[in-house]
Amino acid sequence: MDLKGFDRPGSPTPGEGDTRSVKVMIAGGFGTGKTTMVRSVSDIKPLTTEETLTQASADVDHLIGVADKTQTTVSLDFGKISLNDTLMLYLFGTPGQERFWFLWNGLFKGALGAVVLVDTRRLASSFRAIEEMERQKVPFVIALNVFPDSRDYPVEEIRDALDIPPHTPVVTFDARDRTASRDVLVTLIRHLKDRSSAALEPR
Amino acid sequence: MSAPRRPTDPSGLERYYVLTGGRSGPGGSASTLDVATLVVSRAAPLPGMQHEHEEILRRCREPLSVAELGAHLHLPFNILAVLLSDLLQAGRVEARDPIPAHDAGRGPDLALLEEVLSGLERL
Repeated sequence: MDLKGFDRPGSPTPGEGDTRSVKVMIAGGFGTGKTTMVRSVSDIKPLTTEETLTQASADVDHLIGVADKTQTTVSLDFGKISLNDTLMLYLFGTPGQERFWFLWNGLFKGALGAVVLVDTRRLASSFRAIEEMERQKVPFVIALNVFPDSRDYPVEEIRDALDIPPHTPVVTFDARDRTASRDVLVTLIRHLKDRSSAALEPR
Repeated sequence: MSAPRRPTDPSGLERYYVLTGGRSGPGGSASTLDVATLVVSRAAPLPGMQHEHEEILRRCREPLSVAELGAHLHLPFNILAVLLSDLLQAGRVEARDPIPAHDAGRGPDLALLEEVLSGLERL
């Protein structure tokens, strides 16, 4: 029987102090399946955390047409995967309204990378997310979420249309499927490994 | 489970003002908190402690992310960050930021990526 910590009831059991976290962002336009993907791979029931835009935002409120409200709340859906006993992967779906991204303290800072979801029926809805990843220098992969009535576009055609550089992986998947969603994350991590290996090579 | 009730003032502002003593953002070490920062209790709740502080200490006996805490306590990120900064300053919790793929000045961490990969492949 382990009585360690008996005199400090609030202290964690040994080992828990070593738990670490990594984070991956799930980005993409409104309705591209971000929350669906988070839901399908998460170990926990996806949760929502909120950020409140308060009085300092009076000017912004006018811009976004909610001047009658004293505050605006934006939500971030997230999930968690236990990778092993001491390593947690957190997946954060970015808020649908990209104009709120600036609110998040280090939303992309500290992320390993991002998956940008694209609905091939509405390519333009993900332009902003792709631009944002490039601007913030977040490494990403493109995942084409296949909807039942999606036409079967060749991946290369989509890559051209979205102006995706050749070294950035573009894959198709079904966000509702756990294994398929997991495989997209595997593609992202492999891509990050390739980038790291390339960076380590002597020039 | 006794999750805190939704505030009765429609905006929630009154409640937040009371919870934070009118502070709008955290100071010191809490200003770098990330949604994926893990919080771990380092001390037991004290009698007479503010309810939310007590609740944070209780829930973080096992490491919990700031995002999960916010979801469980129904508190927006910036309000929670103020409460966490109190506990951090008093040394009652420890906060550990998520590991980025590479820190400025340090090389990319292949071992970490390998660990993430094998975790995902086991799913």
